[in-house]
Parts: sequence; C-alpha cells; structure tokens
Amino acid sequence: MCGTCGCSSGALITVLAPDRPVPAWLGGGHPGRAHDHGPHEHGAHDHGPHEHEQGPGGQDAGHAQIPDASGAGRTVQLQQKVLAKNDDLAQANRQWLRDRGILAINLMSSPGSGKTTLLERTTRELAGRMSISVIEGDQETALDAKRIQAAGSPVVQINTGVGCHLDADMVAQGLRGLDPPSGSIVVIENVGNLVCPALFDLGEEAKVVLASVTEGADKPLKYPHMFRQADLVLLNKTDLLPYVDFDVRQYMSDLRRAAPDAMLLQLSVTTGDGMQGWYDWLRRRVPPPHD
Amino acid sequence: MHELAITEGLVDAVRERLPGRRVTCVRLEIGALSGVVADSVRFCFDLVTEGTSLEGATLEIAQPPAVCRCRICGRDFEPDGPIAMCPCGSAEVTVLAGQDLKITSVQVA
Repeated sequence: MCGTCGCSSGALITVLAPDRPVPAWLGGGHPGRAHDHGPHEHGAHDHGPHEHEQGPGGQDAGHAQIPDASGAGRTVQLQQKVLAKNDDLAQANRQWLRDRGILAINLMSSPGSGKTTLLERTTRELAGRMSISVIEGDQETALDAKRIQAAGSPVVQINTGVGCHLDADMVAQGLRGLDPPSGSIVVIENVGNLVCPALFDLGEEAKVVLASVTEGADKPLKYPHMFRQADLVLLNKTDLLPYVDFDVRQYMSDLRRAAPDAMLLQLSVTTGDGMQGWYDWLRRRVPPPHD
Repeated sequence: MHELAITEGLVDAVRERLPGRRVTCVRLEIGALSGVVADSVRFCFDLVTEGTSLEGATLEIAQPPAVCRCRICGRDFEPDGPIAMCPCGSAEVTVLAGQDLKITSVQVA
C-alpha cells in the first residue's frame, strides 16, 4: 500500500477494449505497476475529498494530547477508522460515477461460481440495449478479461498479485482506463473470495453476491460478513439442481438469517433461465444518460 | 488475509497523522462484527512496523461486543456469533454497533 495515501501500488492494471490492441504485456512486457491514480486525481498527493483529519462523526479529534498516566509518554487521540483512506477513495469514486450517471456494481463470489460466464452472457444479450463495461479483478492472468473482450464489452484487467481483494484505488485506476459512457453499467468483478472483498468499499452503488448450487447451501452461514453486505444474491447453476444435494428452501432460510435485506434471484447462466430477472434488476438501477 | 492490508492501512494512517513521531503504543477497536481477526492483526503488526516509527510499539486491541436491534420485537441484544438472531427467533435485525474498525489513540515517546 502507498505510504502516503494508503492506495495499493502493487496492482497491475491493463485495459482491453474491443477497439484497442491486446497490450504487449500479454506477450511479455509490463506497462509497469503504475502509481497512476484514477478519477480522484490526487497525483500530487494534495488530498482533496479525503482530508482525513476528522473523526468518523465529523468532529476533529484535534490531535488532543493527554498526558499518559504513567508519565512515560503522551497519548494522542485519533478516533480514526482504519479503512478511512479506502472509504474516502471509494466515496470519491461513487461521486465521480454519480456525476456521470454510471451504475457501478461490485460482483463478488467464490472462485468458480460463474461471475465471468454471467458477464459474458449479460454482455451478449444486452448488446445494443445497455452499455456494459467490466473491471476484472484476479490475482494473476488476463484470461477473464479476454473472455469479456471477446463477448464485446470494454474491460480492464486488474491483477492484484498477492492481494486477495480489490480496493478503491485500483477501481479508480480501472475507471479511468475504461472511461465509461454516461448511462452505462460498470460491473466490478472482484477477486473470487468470500472473505476479504466484504471489507473494502469500492464506490459501487450495489453489491451483488453470486452463489452457485454446486458450492453447497451452507455458504451464507459460513460467510455471513459477505452475505450481510449483499443487496442482491444471485443463485446460479440451478440447471444442476437435480444432480446435487442442495436444498433451495433451506438456502433461502439461511440467507434470510445472514442477510435479511438481500434480494434473491435464481438463475442458470448456462440455460438462460432466470436471466431476465437479473436484467430487470439492472435496468431499474441504470441512471438516464447525462447530456 | 485482508488483515495484512488492514494493518498496513493502520500503520500508514498513524504515520500520516504523526509524521516523524516515535510511537510506543497503538490502541485499536475491532468490533465483534467487523470481519477482522484481532490475532491476525497482531501477527501482521510486527512485520508491518519494522523499520518505521512504530517499530517495537505495543498493540492494544479492544473488542467491543456487537449490538443489534430486532425489527420485529424492538429489543436490543448482543448476538452470540456472526449470525445475528434475536432471542425472539427473528432474523430481521439491524446492526447498531460492533462493525467498527478504528484507531482510538496512540502513545508517543
């Protein structure tokens, strides 16, 4: 993480737009793990929207110095959220997206639930009706970005290296690379992981958790932090229900315990069953394009 | 292992607030529903502070309990695990406290 502003400097970010050539690094060379900040443009580290000298309630902790009881040192009150930097950057992303009339979705799941397949089908079926671009997060490779590119959406691949989640600064850089049009959707496909991504606000408008019947029905109770964050849970691979031991009724009940406010949609990306519900959910949230 | 990124974030935040000051103790609050494991933060802290103005500092972690409010019966209660269920049997709850992840204070030399 950057020692000055807290952003992650270790991620490798690559834009793969349909009309852009495949970058050279796929064949070898790296463009560099750029310290090239996104929409919030704080290149000179003169922090605009995230001047974090204030406590979470807006009151300035004021670096109040209180003599320590032992007299050995002095106590400085900070009362600062540990993830304040990420949260501030996320808020800057959110404002940037709202100002441009762009809907951003943070899509999270375990590895193998079908996030990329969902986005491939969504891109193909909504072509000409809704403009979608994708920020792909994976530890390594541009395999997913190439699939999304082949399906027809502009895409940025972020490789987090050892990192297990995307953070707001990576997304800021991704957004700048994509430059999405007003009235469009940006889906941020997070690193496949039901633990770490739950903690990092990216500036999205909604969090979607994708689950699949092959993972087993116990995930909402095993990973409650992730499911509690979800605005929408998509239960995928329902075409495989006859072949796996998965009790949908029990799943719905457990999901309600972990995430009482989350909406559940069942679908099969492979057969297309239930996809319309997902498209309708997206359509209801896309802002009208700005002039 | 998001605790590594979180520990880096907290060390950076302290250094930014107190540039150049030698810090001997960091006090954190890790809420019961914050999704962060205190022991993992302790494990990462020594690694991350090495060579910084926080090297050798002690780490004191308070873990305040979660407080939830039931939307059905209106009662406030402390859940006994990460899944918040009201004793009345309802899962319709709002988390009021316990999600914070905060640096409360530091001690400087």
